[in-house]
Amino acid sequence: MDPIAAKYIGAGIACIGMGGAGVGVGTIFGHYLAAAVRNPSAADGQFPRLIFGFAVTEALAIFSLLIALLLLYAV
Amino acid sequence: MADPIHQFQINKLFTIAQIGPAEIAFTNSALYMILAVTVICAFLIGSTRARALVPGRLQSVAEMLYEFVADMIRGATGPEGMQFFPLVFSLFAFILVANVMGLIPFTFTVTSHIIITVALALLVFLTVIIAGFWKHGWHFLKIFVPSGIPIYILPLVTVMEVFSFFVRPVSHSVRLFANMLAGHITLKVFASFVIMLGAAGVLGMLGATLPLALTIALTALELLVAVLQAYVFAILTCIYLNDALHPGH
Repeated sequence: MDPIAAKYIGAGIACIGMGGAGVGVGTIFGHYLAAAVRNPSAADGQFPRLIFGFAVTEALAIFSLLIALLLLYAV
Repeated sequence: MADPIHQFQINKLFTIAQIGPAEIAFTNSALYMILAVTVICAFLIGSTRARALVPGRLQSVAEMLYEFVADMIRGATGPEGMQFFPLVFSLFAFILVANVMGLIPFTFTVTSHIIITVALALLVFLTVIIAGFWKHGWHFLKIFVPSGIPIYILPLVTVMEVFSFFVRPVSHSVRLFANMLAGHITLKVFASFVIMLGAAGVLGMLGATLPLALTIALTALELLVAVLQAYVFAILTCIYLNDALHPGH
């Protein structure tokens, strides 16, 4: 296979990992919303934790994006 | 037509100095950084000039900004984290203003360049390491050994903790950079659809209203992302500083 084509295919495959993180972020916000609707008075106090969980989950998406960017521009 | 990457180009405005082969130039990136700092300083100094007991409109905005960041630090690290208030407030204000300023058409987004976000993230990372060793000495290394873990999986957990600690500046910086980069490229791509369709006659102009509406909606979303990413960067800074202040979970 042409190495440049392989590079682009690899970058595309690396981006699939972001889908999994998308599921994770959706789960976090969905559960937060469900909990906030049940107990709105406790919702504001948990907002920093929501953002922290979101950020940690999103970090995994960032790693796959990083692999894709490295394949596109650095390899 | 200008490509969507064109907006991220760094242009030299004038040369400051020439040291051997390296040229120290004043670029549009530097201009917008100085502009962001000027906006923050002008707003904060101007709004708190009166120091009124009952704040006016501008002063209450500045006080809300202060209280917002102060609550964030107290919530994440406890009251002793307030010694890092200047750092967190500066980071938050700079990223917020740089992100929002970048949304204005024909401006340059400072935070869409990874070198800027890496510098900010490394600043936080090194502050955590130095402050942790300064305050706790070798006890700072307890952050790698969580308490209450069974001894037989402790080596594995320690390796994972070390890895997650050193990968922090990477995710911290790439998050901000990737969000800004992807958002701005998406905006420009949708905006170029408007031009493409608009050039295709009357029917095309009717069709162009759809991407135009999407561009407006995306701009609103990007405004949310700009504020949210500044908040995320600041709250993660607080959480990382909490490790330096209270190692050993």
